[in-house]
Amino acid sequence: MTVLKDRVTSRMVAPVMRRRLNPFLMVAVGAVLVVVLTYTLPPFRTYQLATIGAYLCVTAGLTVLTGLNGQLSLGHGALMATGAYTLALWQNKFNLLAVGIVVAILVTTVAGLVIGLAAARLRGPYLAGLTLAVAVVVPSVASTFDETFNSDQGLSVILNPPPESMTVEQWQAWLCWGGALVTTLVLALVTRGRFGRDMRAVRDDETAAKLAGISIARTQVWTFVISAACAGLGGALFAVLAQSVSPGAFPLTLSLFLVMAIVIGGLGRLTGAVIGAFLLVALPAVAHEIGEASGSQRLEGNLALTFFGVVLVVVMLAAPGGLASLRLPRSWRARLSRKPAHRAGS
Amino acid sequence: MDRFLFLTFDGLSRGAVYAAFALALVLIWRATRIVNFAQGAMAVATAYVAYSVADATGSYWVGFAAALVAGLLLGAAVERVVMRFIDHSSPLNGVVVALGLVLIIQGVLGMIYGNEFRPAEAPFSRDAFNIGGVALLSRYDVFVFAAVGAVVVLLTLLFTRTPTGLRMRAAAFAPDVSRLLGVPVGGMLTLGWALAAAVGSLAGMLVIPTELGLHPTAMDVLFISAFTAAVLGGLDSPIGAVVGGLIVGLVLSYISGYLGATVAPMAVLGLLVVVLLGRPDGLFARSKARTA
Repeated sequence: MTVLKDRVTSRMVAPVMRRRLNPFLMVAVGAVLVVVLTYTLPPFRTYQLATIGAYLCVTAGLTVLTGLNGQLSLGHGALMATGAYTLALWQNKFNLLAVGIVVAILVTTVAGLVIGLAAARLRGPYLAGLTLAVAVVVPSVASTFDETFNSDQGLSVILNPPPESMTVEQWQAWLCWGGALVTTLVLALVTRGRFGRDMRAVRDDETAAKLAGISIARTQVWTFVISAACAGLGGALFAVLAQSVSPGAFPLTLSLFLVMAIVIGGLGRLTGAVIGAFLLVALPAVAHEIGEASGSQRLEGNLALTFFGVVLVVVMLAAPGGLASLRLPRSWRARLSRKPAHRAGS
Repeated sequence: MDRFLFLTFDGLSRGAVYAAFALALVLIWRATRIVNFAQGAMAVATAYVAYSVADATGSYWVGFAAALVAGLLLGAAVERVVMRFIDHSSPLNGVVVALGLVLIIQGVLGMIYGNEFRPAEAPFSRDAFNIGGVALLSRYDVFVFAAVGAVVVLLTLLFTRTPTGLRMRAAAFAPDVSRLLGVPVGGMLTLGWALAAAVGSLAGMLVIPTELGLHPTAMDVLFISAFTAAVLGGLDSPIGAVVGGLIVGLVLSYISGYLGATVAPMAVLGLLVVVLLGRPDGLFARSKARTA
C-alpha cells in the first residue's frame, strides 16, 4: 500500500516539480532585505512595503489553496474582514496586540473550518459561487449586527505607539513582514512535505488519491483551514495598518484582486504570491499617479480595476502558468515536466 | 395575513426576475459548462447603455430595446473574443476569466459613468393595486411577469420547435458529432451566449428600478440570488431555473419582509449552503454514476 501510494502520488506530483529553494535561506534573505529597506526607503514607501507584507500573508495562503489543492476561493476578502474585525474588537477591549493577532487568526481559522467543511463537498463553479456569496455578505453582516460592528462606518483600532527607537512605518513594516515571512516559511515547509503531496494528489485526480489512501475531504478541509488562518493574519495586519476597519475596505473586488494576484504570479507558487502581493500595491499606486496626472477622479480607482481585469484575462488565456513560470526557457520547462513521467514509468 | 399575501406576490415578482437571470446562467452552462460569473456585470453594462440611449432619445422603450440589442452583441463578443479560447482542462479557468471580465466591465463603467448610484425609473407605476382591500400587485409587477413569461415561452419555442434550436441543442450535447453532421458548432455557441446575455440584460432592466439604482456593482447580490436559483433548479434544467427562481424570490421576500432588508444577503448565503449541501444537483436531479 505504501509503495502504491508513493508511486501514485509521485506521478501526480511530478508536473509541478521545480527548482527548489531552501525556505529557511529565502526567509533569512527576505528578513535582511526588509530591514535594510526600512532604513533606506522614505516613510510612505515603507508603509507600502508593509502593505505588501500584509497582502503576502493572504496571497501565499490562497495560492496554496487554489494552486496546490485546486479549490478556488472568492471569499478570502471576507476571511480577511473576519480577522480584521476580530482584532479591532479585541484591541478596543484589551489592547494587547500580540494576543489580539493570535485571537484574530484563531477566529478566522474557525470561520475557515466552517466554510471548508462545506467547500470539501463542492467542486469548481459551485465552490466559487458559495465563496462569492460569502464575500458579498460582509456589508450585510456589518449592518445587521451594527451594535457590534457599527455598520458602514466600521470601527477604529486602538494601538499603542511603537517603541521610541523606530518610526511608525518601520514598526508596521517589521510587524507585517514578520507575519508574512513566518507564513511563507510555514507554508513552504507544509507544502513540500507529505501533506503537500496529498494536496496535489487530491487536486490532480481524486479517484487515484482516494485509492492511494488519502482522505479527500480531510485534505481539502485542512488546506482551507490553513489558508483561512493566513487570511486572518493578513486581515489583522490590515486592521493594524489602517487603524480602522469597515465593510468598504473588504469589497468583493478585494477578493477578485487576490485571485488576480495569485493567477498572475503563477498558481501554487509562493514566489508567485510575492509577485502578486507586490503588484496589488504597485499597480493601484501607478494608476493613482496616472489618474492624478490626468486630473480625472473617475479614472483613479477604475483604471486599476480595468487593468487587473485585463491582466487576469490575458494571463489566463495566454500563459496560465503566470509570470513566475516565464522565468525558465521553454525547453527547460519541458524537460522538467518530462523527467518525472519517465521515473514513474521505470 | 394581508402582509403575507403582499409578500407572496412581491416574492413572485422578484422571483420572476431571478428566474430570468438564472435561465441566462443555465443557457450558458448547458452550452459550454461554464458558469458565467460575469453575467451580472454584463447586465449592468447593458443597463447603462439603456440609460444613455433613453437619456438621448427621451424614450424608455428605445432604451429598453437598446439594452436587449446591446446584450446580444456583448454576449456574442464575449464568446468570440474571450470565452472561445479558454483552456478547459481545469474548471477554474472559465471562472477566473469571467471574474476578469467582471473587473474590466466594472472598471470601464466606473470610468465612463462614475461610481455613484444613478436613479433608474420604472416604465410603469410601482404602486400596488388594491384588490379586496389588500395591496397586491403593481402595474410594474404585471409588466415583469409578462416580460419574463414571454421570454420563457419564446425560448421554449426556439429550443423545441425550430431547426436552429435543434442545432443549438445538438451543438451543446454532442459537439463532435454535430460538427460532422454540418452544424456550425462555433456559431451556435456564439448564438447561445448572445441569447443568454440578452436574457440577462432583460433581467437587469427589470430589477434595477426596484433596487437602489444603477451602479457598476448593482448586480452583485442579485447574481448570488440567481446563482442560488439556478443551483436549486439543477444548473442543467431551464424549468428548474424558473421554479428555483420563484422559490428563491419567495424565501427572500418573506425574510426581508419579516426580518429586515439587511438580512436578505445572509439569507441568500444560508439558502445556497442548504441547497449545496442538501441537494447539490438540484431539485430535479436524477441519480448520478458514482466515481469511486
